[in-house]
Amino acid sequence: MDLDEIRQLADLLAAHDLSEIFVRDGERRILIRRGPPAGPVRAGPTIAPATHAGHAETAKRPEPAAAPEATGGPNGTYIRSPMVGTFYAAKEPGKPELVTVGSRVEPDTVVCVIDAMKVFNDIKADLSGTIEAVLVANAQPVEFGQPLFRVSPR
Amino acid sequence: MFARILIANRGEIALRVLRACIEMGIETVAVYSEADRDAAYLKLAHRAICIGPPPPRESYLLADRIIAAAEVANVSAIHPGYGFLSESATFAEQCRASKIEFIGPSAESIRLLGDKANAKKLARKCRVPCVPGSVDVIEEDDEAARVAAEIGYPVIIKAAAGGGGRGMRIAENEANLRTQLPAARAEAQGAFKDGRVYLEKLIEMPRHVEVQVLGDKYDNYLHLWERDCTLQRRHQKLVEESPSPAITGRTREELCKAAVRLAKAAGYYNAVTIEFLVDRHEQFYFIEANTRIQVEHPVTEMITGVDLVKWQIRVAASERLTLRQKDIPQYGCAIEARINAEDPDAGFRPCPGRIEVFRPPGGPGVRFDSHAYAGYAIPPYYDSLIGKLIVHRPTRAEAIASMRRCLEEFEIEPIRTTIPLHRRIFRAESFVTAEIDTSFIERNF
Repeated sequence: MDLDEIRQLADLLAAHDLSEIFVRDGERRILIRRGPPAGPVRAGPTIAPATHAGHAETAKRPEPAAAPEATGGPNGTYIRSPMVGTFYAAKEPGKPELVTVGSRVEPDTVVCVIDAMKVFNDIKADLSGTIEAVLVANAQPVEFGQPLFRVSPR
Repeated sequence: MFARILIANRGEIALRVLRACIEMGIETVAVYSEADRDAAYLKLAHRAICIGPPPPRESYLLADRIIAAAEVANVSAIHPGYGFLSESATFAEQCRASKIEFIGPSAESIRLLGDKANAKKLARKCRVPCVPGSVDVIEEDDEAARVAAEIGYPVIIKAAAGGGGRGMRIAENEANLRTQLPAARAEAQGAFKDGRVYLEKLIEMPRHVEVQVLGDKYDNYLHLWERDCTLQRRHQKLVEESPSPAITGRTREELCKAAVRLAKAAGYYNAVTIEFLVDRHEQFYFIEANTRIQVEHPVTEMITGVDLVKWQIRVAASERLTLRQKDIPQYGCAIEARINAEDPDAGFRPCPGRIEVFRPPGGPGVRFDSHAYAGYAIPPYYDSLIGKLIVHRPTRAEAIASMRRCLEEFEIEPIRTTIPLHRRIFRAESFVTAEIDTSFIERNF
């Protein structure tokens, strides 16, 4: 079993608030489920668009999160968006990303910028740990509570 | 016409606006707090965006976040529903500054008509009768005593920025008045961030009759007749009907014309409701204007056949009102009963919780507007309105009979609702003979 693959699937679970992912690849099958046993499995993961170019939105709203208030998940802790807006990984275009996989963060570390109504907000980690995964793409629209980074706590 | 609209509200009014947009071929964006994440009506929207945790001041009242969602979703207009930000002039301005149309009036109209003291001044200017009272806000207690002596006790102290029946106190005499004034100012400051108060004569045993008006951006206005909302509990409406059984045709004409005069004087466009008190002699007095679509708008839609929400959207999109006053019927009688998740036997305590059984009525002339269903969990953070039951029949007697039948058919379990109270109301003789006033509920139930 490839642990990286499993981690990627777990990230997909968290990023799109799914309760279950089942992948079949030839003989291999992986089922990852989180939270208490739930009802019927919904149709596949929903993907938010990387840009909003005004074309018809096909994504429906995500599955209810297993633990809507907590930032914890089965594989780590998540930094979630505190607002609605557009996610940027760097302070300005062309500048390096504020954090990457492996970055150590403290509560006051600015991990990303979210543009809401032309105001660019520095988003702080509010926790200590190491960035394990970046869950959103640069310039992607994000909603309140959406997981942005997975962090392994210290 | 707008390609995409964001609905800055929740529950039954969000569903109402969604339905209008869907029928007009307009794409929809819904916003929701974490408490509303599982609400079924969200599935009807093309897109739904989470805007915060459950408390309204951290979600539905956060103008910045709603506009951020509107920009992220690239919408051309926002419908604010009722309550929340629907009467916020600042929010209307913020929308338009972000190049997003606010589906409602101009910010100036909201300021003019939404402030009760300003609205009264305007009403006097255009010969709309007002309740005798202070011309302006009362600065000092001595001034209050002088005005009260002129207009005659009992008087009512009202918050200039108030609404929804809050921030009102009655004074029977001068001593009473002087005691109540500081308390009234403090209450107003706390509830509305505005401690200004004014005085009005207390109209005894009044009926509450309001007029629906629509205006467009080209100075066209029309009224869609009146709604009688006399049956209230603590100033919260429970039953509304049209036509008002308490006024004759002549009074009706004058009342509706007065409402249009006021809307026109305010340069108002979109939907507005002008509220009046009517005394036993059919003398009417303007009390306040509501610069938004109202909960009880279906009553007007049934008797006129006009879809008010669709017209709100058209007016906002700068279309002309193509309806003519002479073509607006007032056909039959429509009555609405508000179904709230409240326990009438426990002081109307709100009863949030999960609905297990939900069997609404149906049949000819029955309309039920609700976002609820079996399995829906009513969140505790918002108002207790589960749905509006409206009947429309050719006569008032038939409408009452239909409503009784509907209330008998209606089953909601296990949460407590106002259905049992409505069953008693619609059998009460004084309701049937229309001899009620705004204290009916408190006195009888």
